[in-house]
Amino acid sequence: MVITLNNVCFSYAEQADVPILNIPTWSLAAGEKTFVYGASGCGKSTLLGLLSGMLSGSTGEITVLGERIDKMSNRQRDKFRANNIGYVFQAFNLIPYLDAIDNIKLAHYFSKSTSKNALHQEIEALLTTLNMPEHDWQKPVRNLSIGQQQRIAIARALINKPKLLIVDEPTSSLDQENRDSFMTLLMSMVTAHNISLLFVSHDMSLAPYFDRVESLSEINHMVANTREKSQGKQSNVD
Amino acid sequence: MLINLALKSLRDRKGSIALSLMAMTVSIFILLGVEHIRHQTKESFSNTVSGVDLVVGARTGSLNLLLYSVFKIGNPTNNMSWQSFQTIADSPKVKWAVPMSLGDSHKGFRVLGTTDEYFKYFSYGQQQHLTFEQGVQFNQVFDVVLGSQVAKELGYKLGDQLVLSHGISRNSFSLHKDKPFTVVGILSPTGTPVDHSLHVSLQAIEAIHLNGNSDYLAQLKSTGSHTSSQSDDSDAERKEKQEALFAQLQPKTITAFMLGLESRMTTFQIQRQINNFAAEPLLAILPGVALAELWQMMSILENTLLLVSALVFVSACLGVSAMLLSSIRERTREIQLLRVIGASPMFLFLLIELEALFIAIVSIALGAGLLMLSLLVAQSYLVSSLGLYISLNVFSASSLYLLATIVIASLLVAMIPSIICYRQSASNQVSL
Repeated sequence: MVITLNNVCFSYAEQADVPILNIPTWSLAAGEKTFVYGASGCGKSTLLGLLSGMLSGSTGEITVLGERIDKMSNRQRDKFRANNIGYVFQAFNLIPYLDAIDNIKLAHYFSKSTSKNALHQEIEALLTTLNMPEHDWQKPVRNLSIGQQQRIAIARALINKPKLLIVDEPTSSLDQENRDSFMTLLMSMVTAHNISLLFVSHDMSLAPYFDRVESLSEINHMVANTREKSQGKQSNVD
Repeated sequence: MLINLALKSLRDRKGSIALSLMAMTVSIFILLGVEHIRHQTKESFSNTVSGVDLVVGARTGSLNLLLYSVFKIGNPTNNMSWQSFQTIADSPKVKWAVPMSLGDSHKGFRVLGTTDEYFKYFSYGQQQHLTFEQGVQFNQVFDVVLGSQVAKELGYKLGDQLVLSHGISRNSFSLHKDKPFTVVGILSPTGTPVDHSLHVSLQAIEAIHLNGNSDYLAQLKSTGSHTSSQSDDSDAERKEKQEALFAQLQPKTITAFMLGLESRMTTFQIQRQINNFAAEPLLAILPGVALAELWQMMSILENTLLLVSALVFVSACLGVSAMLLSSIRERTREIQLLRVIGASPMFLFLLIELEALFIAIVSIALGAGLLMLSLLVAQSYLVSSLGLYISLNVFSASSLYLLATIVIASLLVAMIPSIICYRQSASNQVSL
């Protein structure tokens, strides 16, 4: 299992009386490509925050790649995240004033992998596979199109050879054409590198790309009970 | 990677960084300038009088005497008699005595009337004696020896003729036009007021002030001039005549004189004797003591200047911190992203500190450069009008100490935004 959740409950410290997550049990198998469907306000960001170790303070067990990240110190979690988990977000995946190569190098810098020699070839190979024209590699990424930025984000996420890739609404700022090419590229890269994929989106039309499709409202038992009650407050959580 | 990121992020915010840099540069310029000039002034002053045991002049304030006699700042208040000088100079405890007669100038440079002993005994810096770059010391009445800066700025070379003017103003109307001088020597640079002086014999000073006695002058010229050819007298006769004329030009008064003693142990004794001199009221001062008095007087001013410049610097530091703080607000997403890809809060703390460090270092480079440039421009003005020789090299041991303090202070002030950045990123309040 890549991810195992057991009796996970979470609420933000500022609103201790409003539980956000309550997941009795959920898991993601190795090599699985899972689509989690979730509308905004159902604890999606909170779940991803917990899985990546950006959020702490939950009860229950969170095991990622065989390690109890809920038991780690902040420092350990930062290391663990850099070494094992790749991330692609909806937007702002890259430091806008760095070029594509520097952005990818930066991600590599924080991980434990030390192979500096092959790094450049690896980055070039990744960017080539992702159809990035070579003359755009040295431009600050803010000068590139959103589609290109999202592709560089995949390269950035994959440079440390993560075993788990978490992708959060990566296509919502892309048009139809770019979205399709992005999904095709993403799926082929994930398959080629044998990575487990957790893909979260509210766009059901992407579901056909995946082996397994789940709805977050079914995973998170809190939502059904408290949805109405906390809707107003959740808007500032997500 | 950290350095690369800090540099590129700074470059990305050129506008606000440029303004912060300017504020820091100006403050460092001021701070470094005050510190440098403060030290250089003291050094320059003490260098000028390194070999002089006592300075003697008509009774006045000790500082006043020191300033007008050695540093050629301000005007002499009163002259002293030649006789008194003779009496003191002949004392067995006196090794050498160099008379000085001031009050004339040439195009803003002061003229010093003295004897050839001046070139032999006056020393500056680490007991260095005056040396000639070109030519020799004066031995005729209308010979003049130029300080190096005078020759350089006015473009004089050996053999050139020049006219002295009465008074010390740059644009004096009262020129001693009928008595031109010939340049016979140019001194090597010393970095003291000597560079900005013209040196003539005491007799010359007497001669140019002999108004109306043109017969005498004509005689003097015919014997003293280098180009005289109309004289039919034999060499020996001419020399004799010249000596007689010289004797007539024996000065009645001088402005002040410098003393070197056989033994430094007797300094206070001689000083007391001179101060109690019966024939006329005289004042003898130890240059070092008078300088110390001057520094004491100046110390309040000095410290106030230093305090003000330190405050300017602190406010510039705070400005940089405010800029960094607002940049953190702008860069919330960037900070989150760095956290997600594995940067520790410590990394972000260091990132902000490093940005402040770069700003400080670049400001130091700019500020020091600006200071050197200003000194280069102001140097000759400072020497000619204040007798201050300020070195262009602003990196002395004490200024390096100051620069280290500047860097540390800017890092300390940058702790404010850095800690805020650290806490913000460590709190994990991340909306993905």
